[in-house]
Amino acid sequence: MFLIRKPPDIAANEITPPEIYRQRRRFLRDAGILAATGVAGSLLPAAADAGRKFPNLRKGPFSLDEKPTSYKDVTSYNNFYEFGSGKGDPAEHAGNFRTFPWSVAIEGEVKKPAVYQMEDLLKHHPLEERVYRLRCVEAWSMVVPWVGFPLRDLVRRVEPTSRAKYVEFTTLLDQAQMPGQRPGLLGAGLDWPYVEGLRLDEAMHPLVLLAVGLYGEVLPNQNGAPIRLVVPWKYGFKSIKSIVKIRFVEKQPLTTWVRANSREYGFYSNVNPAVDHPRWSQASERRIGEDSLFSPKRKTLPFNGYAEQVASLYTGMDLKKYF
Amino acid sequence: MEQKQRIRLVVKPALFILALVPLAFLVYRALNNDLGANPIETINRYTGDWVLRFLLLTLAVTPLRRLTGWNALLRYRRMLGLFAFFYACLHFLSYAWLDQYFVLADIVKDVAKRPYITVGFACFLMLIPLAATSTNAMIRRLGARRWQALHRLVYLIGAGGIVHFLWLVKSDLREPLIYGAILTLLLGFRLWRRARREPGVVAATVRQALP
Repeated sequence: MFLIRKPPDIAANEITPPEIYRQRRRFLRDAGILAATGVAGSLLPAAADAGRKFPNLRKGPFSLDEKPTSYKDVTSYNNFYEFGSGKGDPAEHAGNFRTFPWSVAIEGEVKKPAVYQMEDLLKHHPLEERVYRLRCVEAWSMVVPWVGFPLRDLVRRVEPTSRAKYVEFTTLLDQAQMPGQRPGLLGAGLDWPYVEGLRLDEAMHPLVLLAVGLYGEVLPNQNGAPIRLVVPWKYGFKSIKSIVKIRFVEKQPLTTWVRANSREYGFYSNVNPAVDHPRWSQASERRIGEDSLFSPKRKTLPFNGYAEQVASLYTGMDLKKYF
Repeated sequence: MEQKQRIRLVVKPALFILALVPLAFLVYRALNNDLGANPIETINRYTGDWVLRFLLLTLAVTPLRRLTGWNALLRYRRMLGLFAFFYACLHFLSYAWLDQYFVLADIVKDVAKRPYITVGFACFLMLIPLAATSTNAMIRRLGARRWQALHRLVYLIGAGGIVHFLWLVKSDLREPLIYGAILTLLLGFRLWRRARREPGVVAATVRQALP
């Protein structure tokens, strides 16, 4: 008996070098996600070599023909204040962020509230690739090949009640893992956890994705792993990252940036070249990785070029007032 | 070598080259395609950082000199100030050229409409007369007292630079507040001395700065 008894005072992580167990953890996460999306369990050891590609992705609707921004730029130039306010901070500090296991709670005005494990969520929703424009409120833009599924498929499945008018999303709150949430000297100046929201009809629009990957691969941590929102006609900060809660509510949610500065950030935050941010013009934008140092910026399109699809959501609304 | 000669032939040229190192590093990064995903933002922020740093270095000369009694420091103040102006020119150029593509109408609109740009631009304008009157001939022509009164503008420029930075950031105020704290210390030192200083030292300081 004593031959197989484990010494009780040594934890596994004291024996295994940290870089190895982190690697294992990442592998487990990716393996879990990939397994849920159709890779047979027996193939998994091979998947470590094959990279972290999602198999059999189909091309979704609304995909652009524009050239995607390079993988390097998409994954190294990020706004994800939970990991620091510098553009390089998320890539630098999110490497060991634990995204497995992960669950998303569906709450509020729904007939079927539930806590979904990531794997279950992925089993129910086939993934597709969609190349979308991403326009940041700071007047730069990218083109990103996302992997995900339409939010509305999930919304339909949980059956919102008639009182549900808005959807409120919440990011993980975890000071130990997210240095930007620590109180420090003023912190990053925001109240945590990060909260975003959409009107229910916006959330039901077929353009809106819950993304779990980009470039055919599992979402890198700095891009909001393991699951994030993508609302391509709104400024980037609306597309909340690392979601742990989706709540259906009657009243318009108080979102993080509106709470921080309601003069500069509105609930809707639709991309609109005619309504300037008080501190910078929104008329034009810099496409990351495309334009040379000495070329002018390109014109920003209303609703980030998705006007044809989404303008009807806002008929009769004064978009200068509801910015 | 005599001290004056050593300063002129060794220390000043060395300082001059040292002050160009940040620019050299930026050029090196540019040539190696290492300016990140948004090179224009990188250049703009980088040059802006160095304007503030050189302004603070310039403003640190007097307090350091008082505290250490190392009067020779005064001989480097002009060069530090001119480098603040030099990096401010690069900073403005990176905005007007790379960011705004020299579209004058857009620049005018931006300067008028965005408070942080208004302040930054005003600071840049105020630096021009200071740089223009930095020669010995101009000091003599203006007279020490008037020259010093004019060059007190640098306090305003320093404060404006901090405000420019504070109003630029979205929510993380830490970096501009650190620069602000250093500026407060440097200006606070002057106020503190002024409160307990006899009159008449001012003009003498300027005269002393002349070779």
